[in-house]
Amino acid sequence: MDLSVKLPGLSLKNPVMPASGCFGFGREYSRFYDLSKLGAVIMKAATQSERFGNPTPRVAETSSGMLNAIGLQNPGVNKIIESEIPFLADYDTCIIANVAGSSVEEYKIVAQAFNHTDKVDALELNISCPNVKEGGIQFGTDPNMAAHITEVVKKASNLPVYVKLSPNVTDIVSMAKAVESAGADGLSMINTLTGMQIHLPSRKPLIANKTGGLSGPAIKPIAIRMIYEVRQQVSIPIIGMGGITNTEDVLEFLLAGASAVAVGTANFQNPLVCPEIITELPQTLEEYGFNSVNDVIGKGAVVL
Amino acid sequence: MIKQEKLLITSSNLIAKDTVELILKNNHISQNAKPGQFIHIQLDGFTLRRPISIADVDQEHGKITILFKTFGNGTKKLATYQTGQTINALGPLGNGFVYSDVKDKKALLIGGGIGVPPLYHLGKRLVESNIEVISILGYQTAESVFYEAEFKSLGDTYVVTDDGTYGYQGKVTDVIPEVDQFDIYYTCGPTPMLRAVQEKLENVNGYVSLEERMGCGVGACFACVVATKDDTGYKKICQDGPVFNAKEVRL
Repeated sequence: MDLSVKLPGLSLKNPVMPASGCFGFGREYSRFYDLSKLGAVIMKAATQSERFGNPTPRVAETSSGMLNAIGLQNPGVNKIIESEIPFLADYDTCIIANVAGSSVEEYKIVAQAFNHTDKVDALELNISCPNVKEGGIQFGTDPNMAAHITEVVKKASNLPVYVKLSPNVTDIVSMAKAVESAGADGLSMINTLTGMQIHLPSRKPLIANKTGGLSGPAIKPIAIRMIYEVRQQVSIPIIGMGGITNTEDVLEFLLAGASAVAVGTANFQNPLVCPEIITELPQTLEEYGFNSVNDVIGKGAVVL
Repeated sequence: MIKQEKLLITSSNLIAKDTVELILKNNHISQNAKPGQFIHIQLDGFTLRRPISIADVDQEHGKITILFKTFGNGTKKLATYQTGQTINALGPLGNGFVYSDVKDKKALLIGGGIGVPPLYHLGKRLVESNIEVISILGYQTAESVFYEAEFKSLGDTYVVTDDGTYGYQGKVTDVIPEVDQFDIYYTCGPTPMLRAVQEKLENVNGYVSLEERMGCGVGACFACVVATKDDTGYKKICQDGPVFNAKEVRL
């Protein structure tokens, strides 16, 4: 069974990759399995300088999901290039760098920094992190801002740019169209939905940041709906994510119009979830009458 | 080495108010767990695993003991698991207590509530290494007290309750002046207690074991962090800890 997918900058041996922020820089999960099994790895977000992130608690459990507000803790882009990328580059897998920032200038600097390594295959432009006070989501909820930042990063970078869309918008299609016209090579969707949980004993929001991003199976129907809608109006490829835990979920995302998928929260439940999905995917594709991953992509989305 | 393992429940007992003791059979974890390490338990119907410290290890029979309080939906679920069922857990996780350099010395164990369990495994290993052990165990009330006899078998043991219904009344730090000289302390319990201990024993070498709401449990998600005292950033509790030198972390 042919699981391979070709996307701008990415020759994926299979369509499965861990999602940004759920896999660190790969070291921890490399103790559980050979990362070369993965189609790609999307690294944790990089900012210009080191960020310590938010106070704790940073996570809370919800029905079929979780809230998190880590706050982009990372050692800064230069340290990531120096210490983390060489480790990942030893594996036979594609590397996607997640680019974050608090200003247009910072996004540009981080994107440019990745021009200095030949180990990164593509950028994921994080304009949708709900957990930082400045930047992040504000760039991802206004189509003009999103287009502007996409243009700046495209100009600054030598790499294909996948813009990670926020679901915290009224009209996801207009966001997707805006970044497509601004030159995005692909989309990655969806990021988390902003949520809150009140801790009964203290009568206060449980997460120190008050709000957090909701992820996990609870958001899967939203992700599927948004990918389905965007697929019909936009022609650049989509990396789909949001609550994937098994091969049926992967098939659902591919049918809705994703060309590849990222697995996030499920890694915390089962550290082996990605390689297990990859191993079981051929059987599921066969079961539903498909001969390859390419055969599935977008088959569920009627293009108008 | 961390592995995802199946553990067979060989006994489940309510040993104090809202406090359950599970004995679990698993070769990998029982043969490798060091005092202070924990396991990360998957529960049916819950997104996140639950980190629970290892209270005792029986290498000969391939068993470990864990204790937990049933104060949330996850731990309430775990309390319903019966002997003969298996649970999925990652482990052993984290770095344990450091005691290789305290030979022929005297150690003080200070445990509060559900922070008491990992100190029992540590205490047993200390005694085996000829380190004298004194324990101060704090609980809310008489009904919450557990493992008093177990700790007494290791050395002098002082029990403290918040309401004075058993042992001394007050806080664990109130009893510290009562105990003999000691060279090192090891503590685990609620953060306000750890902070009070850290302050009171500022000039003594010590180790604190921390807990926090966790995501992955293996260091990838950056959810459970603690600030360092030198303000250079955060340490990950699941991976760099849960045990830290008391001088290293800002509680």
